[in-house]
Amino acid sequence: MDRVNDERALERLAGALRRPPVRAAGLVLPLVAFVGVTFLAPVGTMLVRSVYDPVVADALPDTLAALRQWDGEGAPGEAVYAAAARELLRARDDRTLGRVASRVNRVQGGLRSVLVRSVRRLREVDAGPWRAAFIAIDADWGEARTWHAIRTAGERITARHYLHALDLRRLPDGAVARQPEDRRIYVALLGRTFAVSLAITAFCLLLGYPLAHLIAHAAPRRAALLLALVLVPFWTSLLVRTTSWIVLLQTQGVLNDLFVSLGLIGDDARIAMIYNMTGTMVAMTHVLLPFMVLPLYSVMRTIPPQQMSAAASLGASFPQAFRRVYWPQTLPGVGAGSLLVFILAIGYYITPALVGGQSGQLISNFIAYHMQTSLNWGLASALGAILLGCVAGLYLLYDRLVGIERMRLG
Amino acid sequence: MSGRIAHLAACTLIFAFLIAPILVIVPLSFNAEPYFTFTEGMLRLDPEAYSLRWYREIASNAQWTRALGNSLLIGAAATVLATVLGTLAALGLASRAMPVRRLALGLLISPMVTPLIISAAGMFFFYSTLGLSQTHLGLILAHAALGTPFVVITVTATLSAFDINLTRAAASLGAGPLRTFRRVQLPLIAPGVLSGALFAFAASFDEVVVVLFMAGEDQRTIPRQMWAGIREQISPAILAVATFLIVFAVLLLLTVEWLRGRAGARAAAG
Repeated sequence: MDRVNDERALERLAGALRRPPVRAAGLVLPLVAFVGVTFLAPVGTMLVRSVYDPVVADALPDTLAALRQWDGEGAPGEAVYAAAARELLRARDDRTLGRVASRVNRVQGGLRSVLVRSVRRLREVDAGPWRAAFIAIDADWGEARTWHAIRTAGERITARHYLHALDLRRLPDGAVARQPEDRRIYVALLGRTFAVSLAITAFCLLLGYPLAHLIAHAAPRRAALLLALVLVPFWTSLLVRTTSWIVLLQTQGVLNDLFVSLGLIGDDARIAMIYNMTGTMVAMTHVLLPFMVLPLYSVMRTIPPQQMSAAASLGASFPQAFRRVYWPQTLPGVGAGSLLVFILAIGYYITPALVGGQSGQLISNFIAYHMQTSLNWGLASALGAILLGCVAGLYLLYDRLVGIERMRLG
Repeated sequence: MSGRIAHLAACTLIFAFLIAPILVIVPLSFNAEPYFTFTEGMLRLDPEAYSLRWYREIASNAQWTRALGNSLLIGAAATVLATVLGTLAALGLASRAMPVRRLALGLLISPMVTPLIISAAGMFFFYSTLGLSQTHLGLILAHAALGTPFVVITVTATLSAFDINLTRAAASLGAGPLRTFRRVQLPLIAPGVLSGALFAFAASFDEVVVVLFMAGEDQRTIPRQMWAGIREQISPAILAVATFLIVFAVLLLLTVEWLRGRAGARAAAG
């Protein structure tokens, strides 16, 4: 009986596998699983990190519980101090104190040293009253803002990284306000990243359009040769191309040497063309130009050149014929190329990091800074999530307008 | 007429902008002096001013040779993974019966458009918890993930030119799905699969952001070594490496164009 059932089940399974939708999904599934584990899950954990930070909450649970009774004015009650003394000493033994202190410090600058120093001295205190002991060690412990900072850093699920990434902060009463003027960085950075990406997209369009036009309407053999001139940079390592620009543009570089030997500039007046925003813009336009030329070329190739002569013979001037006949037909290519270049530009990291100097850094470079140097991973993740949101929106737009499977590679 | 000349002149300048920076590297890599610019001797074409010293230096430097080994190992393994998985997925995606096709395609292409710094940061966290950071395996998996979109796109493009009636004909003649794939589909899409594989390899061979976050000393690749060369101890040796990479890029380009020609010819014949 069971065998019959098994056989039927097997038959049903085999039948299901023969069904086209199941077979198609079966072919796609291994890659979905692979990309899910190796790519989507990592990006997902980063997004989680932007709102979830358990370090302080795990280290100081009783202190944070006691703080919930506090009205937020002046120093909290003895219970808070007693719990804090116990838990801070334990954190020191567990070697988590440094991580707790740096998180509190990010909410309120200067508290890292207060925490670390106080815990060292607390070991010499045998018994309460703890409030007096804390305040005797450091007057900051009597201030409400210290405890507000600990309470904020203790939020397990928190919006503070996003607030920080948007130059906002939470006031002690819970209201949201802008950061003080000298601490507003990221909104301007985001604006700069957008503006630079737009400018690079515009440069690519300006340079790529005539180029694509020339290639699209050249004789086949010449077109292949010219296309190869666009594709060689496309296939050349990004680091090689960035190195090239350093060699060309640096103050002791090829171009400055040329200008000096031609007498255009004095040897002491060499132009700073790299390690600043100019360097970032020039090198990125060079790197991204092929991504503009290729879609433009694909579209222009389908436009019969006779159309322009027909327009001219009907009395249209060249600008008129271009504007009314040629340009509208190239719009799909313009859209595809511009969107692709813009998407790639706003997330660019390597080129600005190598040739951008101080002033040519974009949002990706700040994400890398917070990942590797300041170790503020929550803020890095929040900035990353904002960038990813922008890219995802543009990606959906690209899919709607062009179709992602039609992306042309090389 | 003057408009045409202006157009040609502008295009010449733009081509110069595209190509000149790459070409300038090649002669400078033969510089006998440790400078990044043309010496007077080089401009006089004095043979004394040229030398192979930087090529000798990279050939004898263990860091560079190890980096090349790492790049080839990681690139090859990631390419095999990406090509097998990507080709299978493209075959599934080409079927009109595929459920949630658009969503699947969107997810599978997303590693290509996600800013690398985000992929790298996420992978750093995730792979560290799995103990895969600072291992070759971790980098292979990461690069395979980043390479799959290239395979999916090129194979999908080849399949769209593929005549579905050929598989039906094979089936009607009694071939099972596996046999149909091996004898009919695979030979026809092979050029697309190969160019996808080359794209995936090139992507891995040139990738530096994920390597910066995840590689230890033992996993340093060529781009990582160049990054260090540009940032830390700047030496014309990186120009010699760059010249190699330019030659490599030209070879890749020629191969991919040749494959594209074959794919086109086969599609036309099919």
